[in-house]
Amino acid sequence: MNINATLLGQTIMFVLFVWFCMRFIWPPIVGALDARKKQIADGLAAAERGKHDLELAAKRSAEVLREAKEKAAEIIAQGEKLKIETLDQAKASAREEAERIMMAARTEAAQEMSRARETLRDQVADLAVAGASKILRREVDAKTHADLLDALKQQL
Amino acid sequence: MTTGTLTSTEYIRHHLQNLTCGLHEGSVRCAHSVEEVKELGFWAINVDTLGVSFVLGLLFLFLFRSVAKKVTSGVPGGTQNFVEWIVEFIDGSVRGSFTGRNALVAPLALTIFVWIFLMNLMDLVPIDYIPFVTQLMGISYFKLVPTTDPNATIGMAIGVFFLVIFYSIKIKGIGGFIGELTLQPFGKFGLPVNFFLESVNLIAKPVSLALRLFGNMYAGEMIFILIALLPFYLQWTLSLPWAIFHILIVTLQAFIFMTLTIVYLDMAHQEHH
Repeated sequence: MNINATLLGQTIMFVLFVWFCMRFIWPPIVGALDARKKQIADGLAAAERGKHDLELAAKRSAEVLREAKEKAAEIIAQGEKLKIETLDQAKASAREEAERIMMAARTEAAQEMSRARETLRDQVADLAVAGASKILRREVDAKTHADLLDALKQQL
Repeated sequence: MTTGTLTSTEYIRHHLQNLTCGLHEGSVRCAHSVEEVKELGFWAINVDTLGVSFVLGLLFLFLFRSVAKKVTSGVPGGTQNFVEWIVEFIDGSVRGSFTGRNALVAPLALTIFVWIFLMNLMDLVPIDYIPFVTQLMGISYFKLVPTTDPNATIGMAIGVFFLVIFYSIKIKGIGGFIGELTLQPFGKFGLPVNFFLESVNLIAKPVSLALRLFGNMYAGEMIFILIALLPFYLQWTLSLPWAIFHILIVTLQAFIFMTLTIVYLDMAHQEHH
């Protein structure tokens, strides 16, 4: 057991090894470990976020579905209403049309009747004149007695 | 036992001598006896200690550097997994006992732990293998375990000691460091007593680091040497249990050296301890 310059050599070697380790070995390895730690943490956070997003999406989809159902029901109700309205309108306009047609028919009939009456009146007047002329055995001059005949017609 | 002509004492002494080389009368010479080692004086070098610790240090740096170069934060491969396991273990120890902020401490702890572990691990190589091989190559002495050489452990402890002093002065200033050495625990009137106590306290740190490691490994090595004196068919009955037990000591001593280094540096970073 002798103490000699070996211990100086050992000290120098020690310092160099520590320096090398500190410069070239420790930082990359610990850096990688930290990076992995961060990756794992990020992954976990992302998973958590994904779960949260999924929950939100499920909630939103349920809401959208509910809204859609509501809207559909509304549209159906509106359609129903519109149908009834259209039907009513159609009924009303049909009724109006029918009334109009009936009215027109009625007017026409009345006109026809008055025309027939007129004709009848003329024919009765002619007949009466003919009858009268036959009775009088003479020609009744239509032109001469026009005003007389007209007055007679009016009385009929 | 390598040769039948050796006595037990000679065998033990042979196994406890380093391969010490140095300049002697103008030429490089390697010592062949304790007397020759003394002749070489302080400026001699234990080639085996420095060589083995250098190779083991390079092994550590090469292994970890090869991982660090292609390290990925994705799925790690086998070697990276192993290295990461050690790094995380060291990182946890440093976080547990070091309260300050210093980028040096964790790599320092890693280097100390792995390097000392590898050096201690050489103790598990059967003690006659390497000296036998080197003897065939013409080298008469070769101690494989650097940590059984006090030069190695003291050398590393001196490194730690310099760091402790450096950071004490860096954190507290030169005045703060001197004040810590002289003004406590008895105030300014007990200055000589304070200085004596605190100096002992300070010097005790590297001494305890170096001698604890050296003592444990030297004792372990000594027991292996003693076991090797038994007849070869009986050796395994003792060397196997001792080797298994020694795995624990190898790891534990590396861990203790590392933990104490962290604790000493932590103390250097604190205003009062």
